[in-house]
Amino acid sequence: MIDVTTLAGLTLLGAILGLDMVSFPQAMLSRPIVGSTLAGALCGNTAAGLVVGVLLECFALETMPFGASRYPEWGPASVAAGVLAAVPAGGDGASRIAPFAVLAGLAAAMLAGRTLVWLRQFNALEAAKHRDAIAAGDAAAIVGLQWTGIIVDFGRAGAVTALLVVLLVPVRNLVLAQSTAAGAPAVLFAAVVAVGVGGGAFWKVVHNTRGYGWWMLAGLLVGLGVMVAR
Amino acid sequence: MTAARTLPLGTWLRVFARLFAVQGGYNYEVMIGNGIAFAAEPAFRLLPGGRDGDAYHAALARHSRYFNSHPYLAALAVGALVRAELDGEDPARIERFRTACCGPLGAAGDRLIWAGWLPFCSALGLLAFGVGLGAAGVVGVFVGVFNLGHIALRAWGLRAGYREGLQVAAALASPVLRKSPLHVARGTALVAGAALPLALQRLGAVHVWEALSPVVELGFAAVLAAVLAMVLARWQARIDGWRVGVGLLVLFVLYSVVR
Repeated sequence: MIDVTTLAGLTLLGAILGLDMVSFPQAMLSRPIVGSTLAGALCGNTAAGLVVGVLLECFALETMPFGASRYPEWGPASVAAGVLAAVPAGGDGASRIAPFAVLAGLAAAMLAGRTLVWLRQFNALEAAKHRDAIAAGDAAAIVGLQWTGIIVDFGRAGAVTALLVVLLVPVRNLVLAQSTAAGAPAVLFAAVVAVGVGGGAFWKVVHNTRGYGWWMLAGLLVGLGVMVAR
Repeated sequence: MTAARTLPLGTWLRVFARLFAVQGGYNYEVMIGNGIAFAAEPAFRLLPGGRDGDAYHAALARHSRYFNSHPYLAALAVGALVRAELDGEDPARIERFRTACCGPLGAAGDRLIWAGWLPFCSALGLLAFGVGLGAAGVVGVFVGVFNLGHIALRAWGLRAGYREGLQVAAALASPVLRKSPLHVARGTALVAGAALPLALQRLGAVHVWEALSPVVELGFAAVLAAVLAMVLARWQARIDGWRVGVGLLVLFVLYSVVR
C-alpha cells in the first residue's frame, strides 16, 4: 500500500509534471519516460517505473499536441502508471503487472486530457470576468489571469494524480491477485506492442523525409551490431 | 528600419523567463493572447510614460487579444512585437502583423518541435535505455538534450524577433527553421532504427520460452513488433496505433485474469 507521505510526494510530483505539460515550462518533464521513472523512484522501485515509462513513451509518440488539438495529459497519468508498476508486489509482480500499468496509464492520460479542456474553459470564464480591465491594458488583470491559470493547473494536476493513484492501486492489486500471467511473458508482450506502436509512430514522423528508409536502415544495422557485440 | 535600441539585461531576462509561462492562461477565447501580453509586459515599461503611460496600456491591450502560435516560437513574435511597440510602429500595422504571423509560427513550430525535436529526443531516450543506461542516465539524456534545443530556440526566437521587428519573416526563412526539420527527421530515423531493437532486447531480457533459444525468441518478438509497426504505418490514415495497442493490452490483461 501507499502511505500518506508517499501519496503526498506523488501528488506534488504529478502537480509539477501536469503543470509542465501546458502551462509552465513545457520542458517535457511530463513525458512518460520521465514521469513514470520518477514515480517509480518515489515508490522505491525506479527500475519498474523506468520500464513502464519506456513502454508508455512509445505510445506517447502517437499523440503529439499539434496545433490546438485535444491530446492526452501524460503528467499525472505517467505518475499513476509508474506507481502501479513500482508499488511492492512480491516476486515478479512488477513485471506481471506491467501490461496493466501501461493500459491504465493510457486510459488515465485520455481521461485526464478532459480536465485540460475544463481548465481552458475555466480560464476563458476568468478572462471574461476581467474583460474590461484587460481591454483597457490593466497589467494587474493580465498578470493575474496568467497566475490564476498556472495555480489552478497546478492544483488540477495534483488532484488528478492523487485521484488516479487512490483509485487505480486497489484495482491493480485485484488484477495482480487474479492474473495468471508470468512476469517475463507479460513484459515481453507489452514490449512487442509498445515497440510496434512506437515504430509506426516514428515512421509517421519521418516518412515524408527524402531517404528516410536508408537512415532508418543504417540505424537498424547499428542497433543489430550492438546487440550482436554484447 | 532604425537600429534596435538595446534592451536592459534585466528586462530581457524578465521577458525571457515569462515566455516559459506564455500558455499559463491558455483558453479557447484568445488562445495564448493573454500570455503574449504577459511575456512582453516588462519591455512595455520602457515605453514613454512608463507603467502609467497611455502607450503602455495601449500596447498591453493590443497584445492581450487573440493570438495563437507554437508556444516555443511565440518568442519570435514577442521579440518582434516588443521591437515594433518600442519603435512606435503604427498600431494597425502591428495588428496586421499579429494576424499574419499566427499560422506560419504555428506550422513551423509543429514541424520543428512536435514532429521533429521531440520524437528525436524520445528516440535518444529509448536508445539510452536500450544501451543499458540507468534511470538517471535515460532521464538525463532525454530531458537534457530536449531542453538544450528548447531553451536555445526560445532564446534565438526572442533575439531574432527583436532584431528584425516586423520584418521577422526573414527569420522564418533562417536555416534554423528551414533546414532543421530535414536534418532532425533524418537523425530521428537513424536513432529510432537503432533504439527500437535495443530497447526491445532490454525489455525482453528475461528468457520466456524454454523451447526457443534466447536469440530466436528475441528475433520472433522483433518480427512481431516490426509487423505491427508496418501494419500501423500502412493503414495510418485509418487506424490510430495507440488504439490498437490499447486493444491488444486489454485482451492480454483479460486473458491473464480469466484464464
